[in-house]
Amino acid sequence: MTDVVARPTRTLGALLTATRGNGRLHWTDVFTYIYLVLGVALMFGPVVWLVLSSFKTQAGLQEFPPTLLPLGQISVEVEGFDEPLPLFEVTFEDGTVREMAQVRRVGIMAQMVDPDDPEERIQVSINDREPIREMRVAWENYTKPLETFNFLTYLNNSVIVTVAATLITLLINSMAAYGLAIYEFRGRNAVMLFVIGTLMIPITIILVPTYLVVTQLGMVNTLWAVIIPGCATPTGVFLLRQYMLTIPRDLIEAARMDKASEWQIYWRIVLPLSLPAIAVLAIFSVMWRWNDFLWPLIVLNRSEVYTLQIGLNAFQGELNVQWHFVLAMTVVALIPVTIVFAFLQRFITTGIASSGMK
Amino acid sequence: MALDDVAPSERVTLTDRAKAAAAWPIRLLATVLDVPFRFLQRIFGIGAMPYFFILPNMLFFGTFVVLPLFINFAFSVTGGTNLFLADRPYVGAEQYEFLATCANHFDPATCREDRFWRGIYNTMVFVFFQVSLMVLFSLITALILNRDIRYRGFYRAAFFFPVLLSPVVVALIWKWILLRDGVLNAGLVGMGLERILFFVDPQWSMFWAIFVSVWANMGFYTLILLAGLQAIPPDLYEAAEMDGTKPERVFWRITLPLLWPNMLVVIVLALIKSVQVFDEVFVLTGGGPGTATQFIVQYIYTTGFSSQVQNFGLAAAASVVLGVVLFVLTLLQLAVVRRRDQG
Repeated sequence: MTDVVARPTRTLGALLTATRGNGRLHWTDVFTYIYLVLGVALMFGPVVWLVLSSFKTQAGLQEFPPTLLPLGQISVEVEGFDEPLPLFEVTFEDGTVREMAQVRRVGIMAQMVDPDDPEERIQVSINDREPIREMRVAWENYTKPLETFNFLTYLNNSVIVTVAATLITLLINSMAAYGLAIYEFRGRNAVMLFVIGTLMIPITIILVPTYLVVTQLGMVNTLWAVIIPGCATPTGVFLLRQYMLTIPRDLIEAARMDKASEWQIYWRIVLPLSLPAIAVLAIFSVMWRWNDFLWPLIVLNRSEVYTLQIGLNAFQGELNVQWHFVLAMTVVALIPVTIVFAFLQRFITTGIASSGMK
Repeated sequence: MALDDVAPSERVTLTDRAKAAAAWPIRLLATVLDVPFRFLQRIFGIGAMPYFFILPNMLFFGTFVVLPLFINFAFSVTGGTNLFLADRPYVGAEQYEFLATCANHFDPATCREDRFWRGIYNTMVFVFFQVSLMVLFSLITALILNRDIRYRGFYRAAFFFPVLLSPVVVALIWKWILLRDGVLNAGLVGMGLERILFFVDPQWSMFWAIFVSVWANMGFYTLILLAGLQAIPPDLYEAAEMDGTKPERVFWRITLPLLWPNMLVVIVLALIKSVQVFDEVFVLTGGGPGTATQFIVQYIYTTGFSSQVQNFGLAAAASVVLGVVLFVLTLLQLAVVRRRDQG
């Protein structure tokens, strides 16, 4: 598999000078520059905003307009009060500025107290005071869901589904691809047509009957219901077969001479030689399974079998959405995919460009 | 995976041990499965082996794809609320008739099953705008990424990144931005404009449904078009440059005609995916406000699985209709791909 975008780039100095060679800036060069900058902002901006927001406290999230960084108001312990009081910067009419804690707020007036002199109470207008804030990262958004919700279960379920489904997919798809690539047998073309035909049948059009089959097999509300039905991927069989066709037949003949069984030829010769294609399928399978939504939504109705995606959807659908938790969990759901992206981006893009599948 | 067993090495590092530990279940599986396959080979001979290799995959296909396809028809011609086919009375084409009955087919409100028709019209609007915008922006992006720009790998990755995100994550990212007190409304207020309640307004909801799904999927089509652009022989451009051809003319006369087969593939692929829109929009808008962004797959899902009375028959009938549409689109895809690959 060659890298489709490996055409050598002439490095022409800075981006701005990426011109057509004659030194003048054509309008398309300006357009290119603006488009790329805006594009990167539009693609990454929302994700960055999500990550920044996920570290804000519940109070911080309710602020409007929102702050860029996670800030929290400083609270101070004041003698004579059980609870810590929020700290403000109060500007008086004579221009003096004092740091004071707020005791209570009545309408547009607030009763303030000096932390160093708890006896004295001062009434000020709420417009004359500014909250004093510091950078405060709300790690509890991440730790709390682990303790109080089933979040760890969801994460666990997602990992089990992804790993199990990918292993099964790789095994049965590669076996089928091996059978179709290496042997001449009666009905091979029919089987190939059949495989291509199943490409035409997405899960969206067979939801009800597949649900019946899964119910009959007693798999509803178990993780098997999510793992098993999608394992025989036509794209996987097709991709692997095309790759295996390129393996020299002499190798296989030689192994047969050495009394290798057919299974051994598959396992010890063809599989190792097909590793690049298997890696591509593995990456795709992990993506499919980790991100799967509609089918799990149908077959998983009990919270203890929810996958991460279903759990997230359930949380965001509640009447009072606890955004501080939802955002943090969304970030967690994003992490594996981002890691895969960071390390295997080239692999994935090549795989898509050469096979046209996702 | 080496052909021989692990070669004896002088030093066995910790990573080697970890690798061996991770590999042993796979090794075990291979050894265990070797036994039945050897047995089968001894009894039936080599000629029968391909059948045994394709068998597991075909069993899965049969059970979870082909069998359901046939059962789907059975569901669509039976009534009642029972899941098990034996308990469902035969009703003939009643489900289809129920779906199709309209006083005026251009006005969903006059249909017996108005949600179905609203779903169809919403899907048509969505597909039209989403596919056009998707193809347009993928093309622009691919053209730009195909230029001699620095850090091209980075830019290509940036546009591709959202493709990997799960639909739920995509929807939540944008929902958080578009909320009443979200950052977009903060920007509007900052510019002295009114706040907009995006998800209360049908038009805005549809706009964001389209926008978000283009945002999330554009990178995929960009990649296909980029591969197509890079397959265009550079000599053509060199010749055009020598002739002093205007860039606009180069685009219309060289780039677009040679890219056209790939464009067709992209259009049909985008159509097939777009007709089945569900995930992102379901999480983003829930189909609302009212039924403004309820699409055909959501209709099937709601009818069959999430309403009080699970009407499997109606859901199956609607999915047969969807299946016919997708079948036609897929035939189109095969034709288009074949034409491209034959040049």
